[in-house]
Amino acid sequence: MNLRNIKEILEAEVILGADFLHKNIEMACGADLMSDVLTSAKTGALLLTGLINPQVVRTAEMAELGAICFVRGKQPGQETIELAGSKNIPLLGTSLPMFESCGRLYQKGLIGCSEKLEV
Amino acid sequence: MTQDKKITKIQELVYEMKVGDVMQKNVITVSSQTPMNKLREILRENRISGTPVIDRGKLVGIISLEDFIKWLADREQDCVIGDKMTRDVRTFYDDEPLVQAVSKFEQSGFGRFPVINRQDGKPLGIVTKRDIIEGLLKKMEIDYHEEEIHRYRASHIFEDIVADETALLLQYDVMGHDFKRAGESASRLKATLRRLGLHPQIIRRVTIATYEAEMNLIIYTDGGKILVRVEPADILVEVMDSGPGIADVKKVLQPGYSTAPEWVRDLGFGAGMGLNNIQKCADKMDFTSVVGKGTSLKIYISSRNGGASEIKRNS
Repeated sequence: MNLRNIKEILEAEVILGADFLHKNIEMACGADLMSDVLTSAKTGALLLTGLINPQVVRTAEMAELGAICFVRGKQPGQETIELAGSKNIPLLGTSLPMFESCGRLYQKGLIGCSEKLEV
Repeated sequence: MTQDKKITKIQELVYEMKVGDVMQKNVITVSSQTPMNKLREILRENRISGTPVIDRGKLVGIISLEDFIKWLADREQDCVIGDKMTRDVRTFYDDEPLVQAVSKFEQSGFGRFPVINRQDGKPLGIVTKRDIIEGLLKKMEIDYHEEEIHRYRASHIFEDIVADETALLLQYDVMGHDFKRAGESASRLKATLRRLGLHPQIIRRVTIATYEAEMNLIIYTDGGKILVRVEPADILVEVMDSGPGIADVKKVLQPGYSTAPEWVRDLGFGAGMGLNNIQKCADKMDFTSVVGKGTSLKIYISSRNGGASEIKRNS
């Protein structure tokens, strides 16, 4: 599915990267622990997280994630948005809590990073 | 495909370049009062086959080798160039695009055109077909060089350097407790490795390991440095600080063991997974620490085994 589908499923707003909504997302991970993201997330994945500090974007950059969606209605600060802008990482925001966000996406067929077969 | 492209480039250039760009500026000229029997010498000495005739700074005609031969053949008496020159001179303006000049050459069959200033008609130079071709080739060469420089990526560097062993050393300085800039070193390293053309999965492993190590420097130390040694197939990331050091090295390697303060945990770090993560990314990791002296971490990552896996899994 693409970012536009994800935005609709999560009733999310686009915080950054309206031009990237066609971007294909094959898998996702949900985590508030960035070290876990670094270990388990795979290239191109969507990250669902409750954290909004710039380190989330840094982590996404390092792990080459496809996009970030902030859950529970948290709004990132300017610093986080600017960093994401400079790294071309789209940001979404949903008011849904973590579990429900993951559940909805999974139900619609978005798989987890551990299910994604390595090529 | 390339052929078409080259033609397009020339076509582009003949529109872009002006007669003034390719003309010869230091032109040998004669006056209309120069005797014809001196013309041979002038043409031969300067290796030219024709020259403009200038009187008091004004172009009054043009005389060529052909005119000279004709004069010889007719076995006429010596006379001045003014009697034998072509008076109705076709000229170019220096601001005329080459494409117009080329078609004028074709239509007229002339070998050379004097170039004059459009405003005051002052002679500026002369243009032959050869000048146009040379000018175009020169411009093509300059453009090509610029493109080459532009295209040059550091990925050639290992191929370009001739040595038995080649290694590139990169150093990144990390300030302790500087959370604002946390991840900058890893980010810069990542960009550099990309430019070097390394395998994407190798870059990913090096970047993640370096990022975790950088976070450790920022969280626990007053700062340190990250030294990266890049060889064509191997990368060694050396992370050094000067304190406080780790008392129980075995313990910090246990997943989940952490001494991180609450504020670090709030940022999504400090859960005691950093070193484990680094270990997972590395082919080999060396870790030494002396309390009060500092910690040294060596991370080896090799692309010799293809480097294809996302992150090396502990089997």
